[in-house]
Amino acid sequence: MKKQNIKNIANQKYKFGFKTDIESYIFKKGLNEKIITQISKNKNEPPYMLEFRLKAFKHWLTMPEPRWSCTTYPEIDFQDIHYYSAPKTNPKKENLNKIDPKLKKTYDKLGIPLLEQKKLEGIAVDAIFDSVSVATTYKAQLMEYGVIFCPISEAIQKYPDLIKKYLGAIVPYTDNFYAALNAAVFTDGSFVYIPENTICPMDLSSYFRINTEKTGQFERTLIICEKNSQVNYLEGCTAPKFDTNQLHAATVELVALDNASIKYSTVQNWFAGDPETGKGGIYNFVTKRGLCQGKKSKISWTQVETGSAITWKYPSCILKGDDSIGEFYSVALTNHHQQADTGTKMIHLGKNTKSTIISIGISVGKAVNAYRGEVKISKAATNARNYTQCDSMLMGDQCDAYTFPIIEVNNASATVEHEATTSKISEDQLFYFQQRGIDTEQAVSAIINGFCEEVFKKLPPEFSVEATKLLGLKLENSVG
Amino acid sequence: MLKIKNLSVKTNNIEILNNLNLHIKAGEIHVIMGTNGSGKSTLAKTIVGHPQFKASKGEILFEGQNILKLAPDKRARLGIFLSFQYPTEIPGVNNASFLRMAYNTHQKSQGHPALDPLEFEDLLQNKLKIANISEKYLDRAVNAGFSGGEKKKNEILQMAVLEPKLAILDEIDSGLDIDALKSVANSVNSLKNKNNAIILITHYQRILNYIKPDYVHVIHKGQIIKSGDKTLAHKLEKKGYEWLITNP
Ligand SMILES: Nc1ncnc2c1ncn2[C@@H]1O[C@H](COP(=O)(O)OP(=O)(O)OP(=O)(O)O)[C@@H](O)[C@H]1O
Ligand SMILES: [Mg+2]
Repeated sequence: MKKQNIKNIANQKYKFGFKTDIESYIFKKGLNEKIITQISKNKNEPPYMLEFRLKAFKHWLTMPEPRWSCTTYPEIDFQDIHYYSAPKTNPKKENLNKIDPKLKKTYDKLGIPLLEQKKLEGIAVDAIFDSVSVATTYKAQLMEYGVIFCPISEAIQKYPDLIKKYLGAIVPYTDNFYAALNAAVFTDGSFVYIPENTICPMDLSSYFRINTEKTGQFERTLIICEKNSQVNYLEGCTAPKFDTNQLHAATVELVALDNASIKYSTVQNWFAGDPETGKGGIYNFVTKRGLCQGKKSKISWTQVETGSAITWKYPSCILKGDDSIGEFYSVALTNHHQQADTGTKMIHLGKNTKSTIISIGISVGKAVNAYRGEVKISKAATNARNYTQCDSMLMGDQCDAYTFPIIEVNNASATVEHEATTSKISEDQLFYFQQRGIDTEQAVSAIINGFCEEVFKKLPPEFSVEATKLLGLKLENSVG
Repeated sequence: MLKIKNLSVKTNNIEILNNLNLHIKAGEIHVIMGTNGSGKSTLAKTIVGHPQFKASKGEILFEGQNILKLAPDKRARLGIFLSFQYPTEIPGVNNASFLRMAYNTHQKSQGHPALDPLEFEDLLQNKLKIANISEKYLDRAVNAGFSGGEKKKNEILQMAVLEPKLAILDEIDSGLDIDALKSVANSVNSLKNKNNAIILITHYQRILNYIKPDYVHVIHKGQIIKSGDKTLAHKLEKKGYEWLITNP
């Protein structure tokens, strides 16, 4: 009875698990120099890019697969993955009306309309389907403001100077195993350039969709904000239900110059695997890093993580410019067999730099949820300040939550605060609800919502509204 | 209303209730007394379906239906209510919303419309009076940080809102000051009518100065070893349990 109830709660339905039936051009499985050369060729890349890829690949071959996170999964066979898959009909259409109706329908079903109004309204979208960008909306209109918003494959051809200067500058391929792999095989992603003194006239977003089974998605995103400029960027992702695991290894690099501000939000809703068996689902191994290069620059990461079989990511900030600010706000809900090991790094290099970390983890079913954070105050970072708060909630006795904070202070003028709480939904609490006629599903939502209401007060208001809505949906699904 | 037949209950392989029988009719008040650890709370929790206590034998009929296989929330919606000896704290969940959630599940199961917060607010005003509890407890989280006595009053408020057919009050009088005891007893009396029934678990004769029971039972080692009227409670108060246990 008790077990049964908890099982029901973990039994959420995934709404985005459909597969689009579309003919695709797919590479043979496997990873070698030939495959990489072929990717580069397909993308019409200039030679410098192929060189970059091959160097990364050589380096990757020397690296062991990392196993230090709080997650368990069988060894990944990197030769058993397709590294390129693209719909046959659509090698990118500038005219949105000419997009394959099947793709258009797919994005409609996902709630991402690929259309433009006359006015700059809503949100500009770069839609990435397996290995290619299939549409980018409002591109021309944004260009009138000098804002470049295009697939990174296009930027590599059109803006080599910017790419050469920044690609791999924030996350070098030597950084880690998946950053190296990504540098070698990345296929598409978004490129954003905001010129000086420009507030981007609309929010930008990328929507990642993995459609083909046994295909890895290796996206690469680069956002550059020049002096006194600003942008809000939103990333979303979903995938069909497959029994096999799919690898999604992305690299995201952000650069903010003097007085520039980037807000990067993620709504991660990859397929999480079968609720009962844990079979299938996405391995989400991502490197995200922002460089606050300029004075008074600001980078803010906000994320709601509800999907993926395994999440492994630490969006970080390097606070190089004096008075720069880094923020990380995260809500991670793990259910049934999901595992999340997530957190951030705040590296304080400049004077008067400030960082805030708020991480909220909710574990249900047999899930594992770990926060891993590093706050480093370097010698030169006089008057640096950090505030960290981690709250976790556990439901049932089969899930786990861990916190691994690392704090390194090399300058005595720094102020570093760390707070952590763990709450648990007990069987007695659930029984109390039941005895009043309220079923366990409703009880769990009420308790989790109550917990969120308390801890969400610490989040920026607009993000807290968003997060509440998303979790509400997720929990609704979980009790449906 | 309630018929318990040859009920035996085990937890962790220890027999706690042993062939227990009890019949309760609508309109009656039954008092259950007994030494610490004799099985009173176990009986209460078994009736409401606590997962820790499973019947190994016997049956519990509520209005003719065997409820042993029903989920706890179903039993609650049939009209069985337990005021817990130790009410659980639920941080983060607002007391007023909790009450409304509970009320609305009962409404729904009876085919009545749910009340919105404003409508419920009206209903609550009256219930607050019956339970004699201040409005300020509505804005707090359920039982969180409540004193022992406040928790008991909050249980009575829930009873007033849900108006159960059968209310089991497990030591509702423990930890109450003299005025609170009187107030809780008054609340119970005003909620009592000829269509509902009450099981009152207590250690003290005191509360029976206000609430008039029809029967008093003594439970020992998981069995009812003696039943009588309210004079039995007086006798126990004077003489303790020794005489009953050694010489039933
Ligand atoms: N989970 C359990 N595991 C083992 N023994 C238990 C468990 N729950 C209850 N018991 C035992 O069952 C017996 C009856 O407990 P119960 O709580 O019903 O007593 P009670 O009559 O309500 O006592 P009190 O007057 O102290 O409240 C006690 O000996 C208790 O220790
Ligand atoms: Mg007891």
